[in-house]
Amino acid sequence: MAQPRVLILRAPGSNCDQETAFAFEKAGGAATVWHINRLLESPQSLDDFQILCVPGGFSYGDDIAAGKIFADQFQLRLKDALFKFRSQQKLILGVCNGFQVLLKAGLFQDAQDSTPPDTTLTWNENGLYEDRWVHLRVDPGPSVWLQGLERLELPIAHAEGKFVAKEPSAIHRLFSRSQAVLRYTSPHKIQTGKLKSDPEVQALNEGNLDFPFTPLPYPSNPNGSQGDIAGLCDPSGTVLGLMPHPERYIDFTHHPRWTRMPNHRKGEGLKIFHNGVEAFH
Amino acid sequence: MLWEIDIQPRESEPNLLAQRVITEATELGIQENLTVDATRGYLIQGELTPEEIQLITETLLYDSVVETVQVGKPNEDHLLKSPSGNESQLVYVLAKPGVMDPVAQSTHEAIARHSISVDEVRTLRKYWFEGIDQATIEKIAQKILANDAIEQVYYGSLPFQQLDLGKDYQFEKLTVSLSGLSDEALMEMSLKQQLYLQLAEMQTIQKKFDELGRDPTDIELETIAQTWSEHCSHKTLAGRIHYQDEKGERQFENMLKETIFAATQQIRKAKGEKDWCVSVFEDNAGIVRFDEENDVVFKVETHNHPSAIEPYGGANTGLGGVIRDPLGTGLGAKPVCNTDVFCFADPSTAADSLPTGVLHPKRVLQGVVAGVRDYGNRMGIPTVNGAVYFDKRFLGNPLVYCGNVGIIPRDKTKKKVHPGDLIVAIGGKTGRDGIHGATFSSAELTEESETISGGAVQIGNAITEKMVLDVLLQARDQNLYNAVTDCGAGGFSSAVGEMGEKLGAEVWLDKVPLKYEGLNYTEIWISEAQERMVLSVSEEQWSKLKDLCSSENVDATVIGKFVDTGKLTLNYEDKLVGELEMSFLHDGRPPVIRDAVYQPAEIKPWSLPQTSHVEYSTILKALLSSLNIASKEWIIRQYDHEVQGGSVIKPLVGVVDDGPSDAAVVRPRLDSRKGLVISCGMNPNYGDYDPFDMAASAIDEAIRNNVAVGGDPEKIAILDNFCWGNTEKPETLGTLVRAALACQQMAIAFQTPFISGKDSLNNEFRYKKEDGTDETIAIPSTLLISAMGQVEDVADCVTMDLKAPGNFIYQVGLTKEEMGGSHFNQLFNLDAGQVPQVDPSLAKRTFMMLHRAIKAGSVASCHDLSEGGLAVALAEMAFAGGLGVRAFLAQCPHAISTPEEETQLSGENDKYNDQGYDGEGLPAIANREDAACLLMFSESNSRFLCEVPPDQTEAFEKQMEEVPHALIGEVVDHGMLEIVGLPHLYSALPEDHWEEPMSPVLIRTPLEELKAAWQKPLKFN
Repeated sequence: MAQPRVLILRAPGSNCDQETAFAFEKAGGAATVWHINRLLESPQSLDDFQILCVPGGFSYGDDIAAGKIFADQFQLRLKDALFKFRSQQKLILGVCNGFQVLLKAGLFQDAQDSTPPDTTLTWNENGLYEDRWVHLRVDPGPSVWLQGLERLELPIAHAEGKFVAKEPSAIHRLFSRSQAVLRYTSPHKIQTGKLKSDPEVQALNEGNLDFPFTPLPYPSNPNGSQGDIAGLCDPSGTVLGLMPHPERYIDFTHHPRWTRMPNHRKGEGLKIFHNGVEAFH
Repeated sequence: MLWEIDIQPRESEPNLLAQRVITEATELGIQENLTVDATRGYLIQGELTPEEIQLITETLLYDSVVETVQVGKPNEDHLLKSPSGNESQLVYVLAKPGVMDPVAQSTHEAIARHSISVDEVRTLRKYWFEGIDQATIEKIAQKILANDAIEQVYYGSLPFQQLDLGKDYQFEKLTVSLSGLSDEALMEMSLKQQLYLQLAEMQTIQKKFDELGRDPTDIELETIAQTWSEHCSHKTLAGRIHYQDEKGERQFENMLKETIFAATQQIRKAKGEKDWCVSVFEDNAGIVRFDEENDVVFKVETHNHPSAIEPYGGANTGLGGVIRDPLGTGLGAKPVCNTDVFCFADPSTAADSLPTGVLHPKRVLQGVVAGVRDYGNRMGIPTVNGAVYFDKRFLGNPLVYCGNVGIIPRDKTKKKVHPGDLIVAIGGKTGRDGIHGATFSSAELTEESETISGGAVQIGNAITEKMVLDVLLQARDQNLYNAVTDCGAGGFSSAVGEMGEKLGAEVWLDKVPLKYEGLNYTEIWISEAQERMVLSVSEEQWSKLKDLCSSENVDATVIGKFVDTGKLTLNYEDKLVGELEMSFLHDGRPPVIRDAVYQPAEIKPWSLPQTSHVEYSTILKALLSSLNIASKEWIIRQYDHEVQGGSVIKPLVGVVDDGPSDAAVVRPRLDSRKGLVISCGMNPNYGDYDPFDMAASAIDEAIRNNVAVGGDPEKIAILDNFCWGNTEKPETLGTLVRAALACQQMAIAFQTPFISGKDSLNNEFRYKKEDGTDETIAIPSTLLISAMGQVEDVADCVTMDLKAPGNFIYQVGLTKEEMGGSHFNQLFNLDAGQVPQVDPSLAKRTFMMLHRAIKAGSVASCHDLSEGGLAVALAEMAFAGGLGVRAFLAQCPHAISTPEEETQLSGENDKYNDQGYDGEGLPAIANREDAACLLMFSESNSRFLCEVPPDQTEAFEKQMEEVPHALIGEVVDHGMLEIVGLPHLYSALPEDHWEEPMSPVLIRTPLEELKAAWQKPLKFN
């Protein structure tokens, strides 16, 4: 198959569209950036694309709540087109603001589930916008985007990234369906090889863990997210939303400690874009 | 009908609004342990059914996962009652009518998409206080909840039934009678109408209109005042100055032209074919060559006066404004990174010690940081470099410098307005905001400024500017306009006036899209409403431009035409309201002639203070905790410094990402390995000693920081930003001229061209003391030098954190007896000693050699020596790398005189490796009691610390052979900073402090202690 076509959908205030397009291109995709007005004019043109990506930024200023107005546009005008796109096993990625948009637009729920989302992304526990690199453990589950990954180091840059559920059962459901694919972890856990033998994960697998369990302390979990959740996939694994920015680690010089690394690693974030593009080869 | 929707976090979530009030009330000493509840909300006006309000609320306005909601009509019982249900007093805070409320604007538009029409939306905040008296509540309201300049406070209930939508404007042409007015009357008018023109200028205007045989209209007078304002015309610095200093007298016809511009011209000429400047001191930003296809532009502006009154809005629009400079340079550059430098008074200043009309410095700091954060982050431009300085003289007059770097295709750097082109305004609508900003910024601040000039204060809407940016760059690439400029100070008056300067322009003021009704034609013309750009567009281009703008919902309106008449013609609904000759407007200003006097301050001999016989580790920790040196991580992390994906060297570096980087490196093109290196230099402390040395030091520091991460010293362009006091005082202007002379000399010596600059004068705050006498606080003369360097391959860059045990540490450059203005001096309240000077030829050689060594890969880490001197720099490198250091003062290259031979070793001496040693192999300066202190804490310029791996020492020493350098220590893994002193001083120290064979250990301190001291002071909640 030819290069998969990627639509990067921006709204007023989206601002990571160019570098996200660059990351998809670097991974072998053919990326196009559109203003939302263009898609609103002809929602059926989504058919021309294999991947849809909602990039980071401050869509509509994040006024009212982060990603809310963009999500409202999705629900009002693009819902059918988007659910059709998802049902065709095409891929959707939401990064940072894009994750906020997808979550608030209900794209991690089943198509027939029209109740308002019972989880959200809200103000960081300390109430501040923050840019910092975090360690992530990856449990790919069904996610097409995360296959082959165990851990990642990526930057976050957000004010409203705290993942919160209305009821603990919602978190439990996400774990039991293997949707909690990206979670904040500590460098200590990585260094000591505790990723695999994490007691939490064992308890999860055995169905023995009470929710919500205590999140890791700041700054390992930088925003107080319940379940240390940094990213989700939908039950089918085609939709991925994450607060950290994979497009900001596609070159070795992106890493904050690259001058300390004797061998220049490849940008770890690139793997996510590769996975997305490879799915169509 | 008016609806109120109140939204509160659910109990499981923190109430951040309430928490902020509690924290600040405690910090300001107003009240501890407040019991307060808070909600945010919306007022929505329109013919809405309850069902419609319900729908909007549930689908749009609140998030049921984390919030609860109350809906009703204002002042209904359930809306007045505290969410806790307890007895309490309610305070409302709303933006004043006409103040930008971005959330309300977005909400209004979002509701409209649901096919529900509303007339007006406003946001509000509500606070319920329990158990405190009304006086305390009012104090909290005034100091914490709201800012009078932009917000309205209501107690108990809302006193209105509907929102004010502005009222219709009835056209009336106004004229101002100048004829026959006395000098006093002219000056009174200048002040009263906020023209802030000088007498000679008022007289010139009077004479001009006498000749024309008519009175000026209000709009004509305002146009002249805006164009001739200090802010727009730089009449002082670009004016005639008679300067006198210890060397004699000098007459300048145009001071800037003859110093700083002249330096650039000379450098460009000397470079000949290799001249890499493209456009300097012409356009809205300076332009230099970057690569085969692109040039880069850089501009730094100040927004001091608005930030003093409304820190958030002032800083917010300060950054928003400077972003429009690169955007309005050539045919428009794409912004790639921001810089910000602030000067404040100590944030721990006692709240009750503040003069009337002064905001608490901590509130200023927090507001300014939030303002920059919210604009930069929303625009998607990384804020990558900056600095913060503290001095009590910044109390009533903080400084806020914002900078922006952009990239522009080489064929887009020129613009030309054609006769017949339409004048097109794009972006934000025009309101009453920011009226008199240009003239206000040129005036002195007083305790009444807040009331008089409230209109000059604005809040930005970054998303509007981002939308403008998005369409402007597309329009540029499609050739849809011939020229562009930003609408900044002076509004359309300045933008159109400048673009039409050589041609003439006709403006139709009634066509300008307004935020609300009721503006008169003069307000429209001089409003400084944000987020607007002015384009010169041919008839053929216009239809395409209009379509492009409307495809992204950006307002674009034809407001006039450039015409070949040499006149500025202003119309409102076909009625002529103003007509001025462009030549009078731009060249008619009488020259400002100023006297400038500089008298060198006497240098008091420096001696070791008695109080310094405390342990050096205590002194070092105190220095690390001094506000200028302390970690700025709390600020830095609130800025997105990685958006656009080009980040290479971040502002925080090291093993746990918290060491202070010397400069930032970004790749403006993701498909290239080439980088831009952004750094700055500033030393307000030095100006009190000698403004020449202050300026020279700032330039040295900016270049030094740049070179320290890998910047090529031959490809650095710099900017000047002078913030000074009242330059009508000859002594104040004298210090400025002296600094400008230093800029000229240093730029030429370093071959580093100035490409743009800006000045902000009259930075003084006047207030009445309790005894009724007038007091004026002038800021310390403060010159910011911003540097934009380049690096061919970003992989060559280095950071300042130590990398590996076993590596060696070199000091490059000479330590001199230069304690004047040092942080050590500040710690001990000393005002003696020589302020650091610059030896430009040695400095230049040092930068070139070091750059070569970094490029060759011999340097594992590099840090510049600046605030606090050697000991601070060693500590920073150590804790950033999480590795210990053992350093020996006896090895440090220096030019400190010895008691025996009072001769100072010159920088040209070639025996650098062993200079200053006597025949016994002991440093002769060991005989000086203060030698260790000087070596550790002097802030001499042009010095670096370099970490060099053992297998690179030979190569490094070879590369550095022409400049002073010496191996002074090594990297160890014991987690301590150890500084071993000179052999002479051990007698005072206990035995276990001796190091083999006979030198005392002056400092042996765990890194955690040092780091904690450095991180604590500016770590706010």
